[in-house]
Amino acid sequence: MPMPPIEPRFDSIEQVTERLRSAGYLTDRSIATVVYVADHLGKPLLVEGPAGVGKTELAKTLAAALGFELIRLQCYEGVDETKTLYEWNYKKQLLRIQASEGRSSWDELSDDIFSEPFLLERPVLKAIRSVRPTVLLIDEVDKLDLEAEALLLEVLSDWQVTIPEMGTVSAARMPFVVLTSNNSRELSEALKRRCLYLYLDYPDAERERAIVLERVPGIERGLAERIVEIVRSIRGIELKKAPSIAETLDWARTLVHLQVRDLDPETISATLSVLVKFQTDLDRAADHLKLSGTRP
Amino acid sequence: MIGQVLTFTAALRRAGVPVGTSENLDALRSLEHVDLQERETFRAALAATMIKSDAHRPTFDVLFDLYFAPLASADEAEQERSEPSADDAERFLGELFGAMAGGDGRAVDELARRAIGTFGRVENSPSGSMYFQYPVLRALDLDALLSRVDEETDGRSVERQLKRDRIVEAIGRFRAGVAREVGRRVADRKGPDHVARHTVRALPQDVDLLTAMSADISELRRAVRPLARKLAARVAMKRKRAHGGRLDVRRTVRHSLSTGGVLMDVHLRKRVPHRPELFILCDVSDSVARFARFSLMLVHALSAQFTKVRSFVFVDTIDEVTRLFDHEDFMTAVDRINDEADVVWLDRHSDYGVSLERFLERYGREITPRSTILILGDARNNNRISNAWVVKELRSRARKVYWLNPEARSFWDTGDSIASEYARYTDAMVEVRSVKQLERFIERIL
Repeated sequence: MPMPPIEPRFDSIEQVTERLRSAGYLTDRSIATVVYVADHLGKPLLVEGPAGVGKTELAKTLAAALGFELIRLQCYEGVDETKTLYEWNYKKQLLRIQASEGRSSWDELSDDIFSEPFLLERPVLKAIRSVRPTVLLIDEVDKLDLEAEALLLEVLSDWQVTIPEMGTVSAARMPFVVLTSNNSRELSEALKRRCLYLYLDYPDAERERAIVLERVPGIERGLAERIVEIVRSIRGIELKKAPSIAETLDWARTLVHLQVRDLDPETISATLSVLVKFQTDLDRAADHLKLSGTRP
Repeated sequence: MIGQVLTFTAALRRAGVPVGTSENLDALRSLEHVDLQERETFRAALAATMIKSDAHRPTFDVLFDLYFAPLASADEAEQERSEPSADDAERFLGELFGAMAGGDGRAVDELARRAIGTFGRVENSPSGSMYFQYPVLRALDLDALLSRVDEETDGRSVERQLKRDRIVEAIGRFRAGVAREVGRRVADRKGPDHVARHTVRALPQDVDLLTAMSADISELRRAVRPLARKLAARVAMKRKRAHGGRLDVRRTVRHSLSTGGVLMDVHLRKRVPHRPELFILCDVSDSVARFARFSLMLVHALSAQFTKVRSFVFVDTIDEVTRLFDHEDFMTAVDRINDEADVVWLDRHSDYGVSLERFLERYGREITPRSTILILGDARNNNRISNAWVVKELRSRARKVYWLNPEARSFWDTGDSIASEYARYTDAMVEVRSVKQLERFIERIL
């Protein structure tokens, strides 16, 4: 099977950073490097990390930055090949059989009903067959059953889908594939081997500050700094769910909306629930920041 | 460069990180596309191609720093002549504190490098001077930095906490920097393989619970919840794959309507999964307390998988602690066990015989054929009466009785351990020395 050629879409690591940035996504050097390497090796990129650090966002922004179409497969338990690859439109097939009323021979008929017009493409097949460049996002791949995960293997290494009744469909162009995982289970070795691996962790203070400044219009530098510092402090303690970037942004927006200039303990404890979602976590965080006594 | 990458791969494999041939090929291919002069880019490219789990990342980083160490600056030896004085240490700490308080990570790294040169050298002729971590940590009182925060910040306490957190984080960074620098210098002299063998720590799930150090323990505590989540997901998947039960006529007929009444697909009724009712008896005497706590944490994190979990702890008498776990916050619960449970009767030495007998007396009636009993302990009975008949009695009432022993199998029945005396009457006595083994066991009983 001829493999589609690797068509690198970025010229340099700086260009990755630059283009993602202009599409509103701030990377650091290592994220940009991994994206660049994945692009040049023509390999899928598996992104793992805690919820809310921008895994899905990375894929979406890549599509936007490159001007490619984004094809998304949202995984959940019970997804099978009829939702990932393709499905035969059996209602239409039945209709076709009934319409022929025995006039066509068996061979004719079976050739006919297993052909293009009766095929329903699902995201993966769609990405493979697309003649325009695409970004294929396979979101939360850890939610897939093992069988469904195995179905992806052929696509991820050989860029083709085998449909028993029709034959093998090879990719016209290699899509940029991004898989995300919340690490709710170990993915199979076979899948991991086919991908490059990027662990997206909570960003360092500098980058998180930059993200807040970029994404929350009208926020002052000093406030952003304080926010990030408090969030990082809370992440340091044992929580059921540590605040992610998404929650940092929510909190920053809330504070801007409330026109807070100075983060005093009262304001923090009044708005902390935006940042931390469980009651026990809330108590812990308040305790950690020594807010007790100031709670409203 | 190829040779260097291959040596590095071998070191990774020795440290337990699985790097396959295809990973290796990818790594080499990726190097064609990045600038090898730029360390962090190079590191990112290698990491993305060679390791496929964040659990392996710390090991990767330690080894990367050894095998691809930056070149030593030429004047290194020059500036490190004189013997450091107490004043030097004081001045150095001041500088370090400044860098830490300002949140300047790079400056902290640089200072860690310098600290080794200034304070870490031990003269050792004729082979020349050697570098070690402990003279640095002895010369520099890092804890004093924290007290300095408390002195300097007055007024608002949030401020103080934030500053403390920043300093604590920076101290961690400084220590890591010192360790890295020592590794580099020793590697320079004796080759990276020599250092790699001594510095790489076990992965969290392989850490021996009886001998773990406190740094490993705090890492493990963080790992409990994700572990439980993964385990639950795996069990759920196993259950789903198990074949269904009887024909579900209603669903089969209803689905046939979409195919014009032809019974295309057969739908089966789902089997109700077996959810055992769990009784956990934990020895919490000093020698095995840590292991018991872990097991309690993991089991309670998984409590949704069981109909009911009841926990008991004992030293030389037994007490129920289920109520402590009523809150969601079982981390604190585990910490409170010692204050609230009434487990010491005579002295602080384990007495399995009395504890088991009391358990039977007080709670024996509640054991039913649906109950699974887990006994956790090293079966070191301090030469007291074993009362092994209690285990036999429990087994006749319960569905299963398992004994989890945190000692290596080769230590069973040595000294005052009477493992096999109890093991005879249990369904199995299992060696559980690491979180990985614990996980495997729990998966087995679900």
